[in-house]
Amino acid sequence: MGVAIGTRTTRTPTEQRAAARCSGLVKRYEDVIAVDGLDLAVQAGECFGLLGPNGAGKTTTVEILEGLTVPDDGTVEVLGRRWGTGRDHELRERLGVQLQETQLAEKLTVEETIRLFASFFARPRTPAEVIAMVELEDKRGSRVGKLSGGQKQRLALACALVSDPELLFLDEPTTGLDPQARLKVWEIVEGFKARGGTVLLTTHYMEEAARLCDRVAIMDHGRMLAMDTPATLVASLGAEQIVEFRVEGAFSDAALVTLPGVSRMTRKDAAYRLSVRRIGDAMPALLGEIERQGAALESLTTHQATLEDVFVHLTGRELRDE
Amino acid sequence: MSEDRRNARTSRPHPLVELTRARLLEFAREPEAVFWVFIFPVLLALALGIAFRTKPPEKLRAAVEVGTPGGPRLVEMLRTSPDLTVVELGPAEAAQALRTARVDVVVEGTTTVGDGDGLVSVTYRYDTARAEGRAARLAVDDTLQRALGRPDRLKVREERVAQPGNRYIDFLIPGLVGLNLMGSGMWGLGFAVVQARTRKLLKRFAATPMRRSHYLLSFMLSRLVGLVLEVAVVVGFGWLLFGVAVRGSLLALTFVSLLGALTFAGLGLLVAARPRTIEGVSGWMNFVQLPMWLFSGTFFSYERFPAVVQPAIRALPLTALNDALRGVINEGASLAACWPALLVMAAWGAVSFVIALRLFRWQ
Repeated sequence: MGVAIGTRTTRTPTEQRAAARCSGLVKRYEDVIAVDGLDLAVQAGECFGLLGPNGAGKTTTVEILEGLTVPDDGTVEVLGRRWGTGRDHELRERLGVQLQETQLAEKLTVEETIRLFASFFARPRTPAEVIAMVELEDKRGSRVGKLSGGQKQRLALACALVSDPELLFLDEPTTGLDPQARLKVWEIVEGFKARGGTVLLTTHYMEEAARLCDRVAIMDHGRMLAMDTPATLVASLGAEQIVEFRVEGAFSDAALVTLPGVSRMTRKDAAYRLSVRRIGDAMPALLGEIERQGAALESLTTHQATLEDVFVHLTGRELRDE
Repeated sequence: MSEDRRNARTSRPHPLVELTRARLLEFAREPEAVFWVFIFPVLLALALGIAFRTKPPEKLRAAVEVGTPGGPRLVEMLRTSPDLTVVELGPAEAAQALRTARVDVVVEGTTTVGDGDGLVSVTYRYDTARAEGRAARLAVDDTLQRALGRPDRLKVREERVAQPGNRYIDFLIPGLVGLNLMGSGMWGLGFAVVQARTRKLLKRFAATPMRRSHYLLSFMLSRLVGLVLEVAVVVGFGWLLFGVAVRGSLLALTFVSLLGALTFAGLGLLVAARPRTIEGVSGWMNFVQLPMWLFSGTFFSYERFPAVVQPAIRALPLTALNDALRGVINEGASLAACWPALLVMAAWGAVSFVIALRLFRWQ
């Protein structure tokens, strides 16, 4: 790549190169294949989301890119460099990392924790700067053990941002947080993006991916099922609305796909799920069909098609069942 | 990023300093750890110091069997000895008292028939394995033989020694310093490292450019700061309350303690290099420390163990530390005089640290 270390200011912003890429990535654990031949490229300046249920291989993929896990096969390139060349710490200077499940030392205060992390980097931001970025000014002297879940997560972000990274890895940054705390985390990530940073995040919240990510890859069982912008993925369903309903009594679903405006049908026992292009045509026709067959409608809901529906379509399973 | 801000950041703190500082802050904010390291050894020294304080020598206890021939005469003669307490017991009682060490020797007499007072011979019954039993037998015999007219051939002058420096507490304090250095070195490091591992904090550090050797060295450094206090508390306590003096130089004491702390910091890191759980590391800690609790001569001299095992005992790091500490504190030895012990410690510390660095599991 010819980019010398410590000269990140010389990088031209228009450069269209991958901030991180991997190809043919494979990682096996004793009896499972966590990552099974994965290719992906995260472009500089974008927010890329790895989406999938628990056990899909998201964390393994991210930790390989972070240089924490060695893959069994495949190539990895991060900011134009490879891991294991004996100069890993130079690469780590340019990354920000938030791991799933890290518990920071409870007896240290917010500021002490950030100071400690800052000391590992050659050109860190000041603790005051990052504390302001994650809005923990009130808590600067509080012990980590006394923080709420959302505050702890913002502190983890602060520790990731203190390196002033070019590339930020976030592994399930909002899992277990309440909606308000989640919103704060999103705003911090959006702020980082707005300053030109690149983000690779994993999540199993579709709304998180839809809000933050420029592109998402949907993963399951260590493989990539689809990769595109959230809008394109949703559009690929050929549906604007999803109609879910249950009926009681004998009901034949043969006629459902022939109803006007219906593009697809899936069924699990007495629960049906229709992908619908024109809800105004489909609904009267559906109700008519149920009545014609003499079945009783038990429940019916409709919603705008989302990434969640893309996942269900691709795997036949709900994301959060796992 | 403006150039100014970049330049303003050049005077950043050194990671080794920050890691050590964080480590010390965490320790100081853990009240239980502070108790075990500083208060517990002092309480232990206090309890043992009082239990084994120097007392006027206790009298030996002799029993004369009730109804034995010449019994009253024996009792009368033995009562003249200032070293003996004499009781009269029935045969069954006497046997029971001897078994439970309530008396040290049982005396039985034989007289010639018809003569109520002409003692011919005596039988002493005592436990040869007990020092008091042997002492009581000698005292009783001496008293009886002299009372019956055996002359003393030598003039005897006695000097009784109970000087500071020869008491149990003098022996104990250096041992407690050693034990404390081992305990806080191993438990302190072991728990902190394994806890950081289970909480994925080690992995998080591994994702930064932090030098891994800095992380391990910060533990060694934090031990050095802690040790000054640990040693000072126990030694100061012994000096103030029991008058246990440091006969050697304070510099030598500092050096020995420092080396001891590093030795056990190395061993602690080694034990904590792999385990993933607190339970796991606790088991290993006990496994490593138990032999040293037993054999390294903290509470009593290891010279009491058979000669065959002496070389093995001397090779244990705590034995070496205790020996060096006793040399400096009790005997005023110089560092040069302690070199075999210092060498044993340095070898354990260095080898453990190097192996720990290689085996260390970051996630």
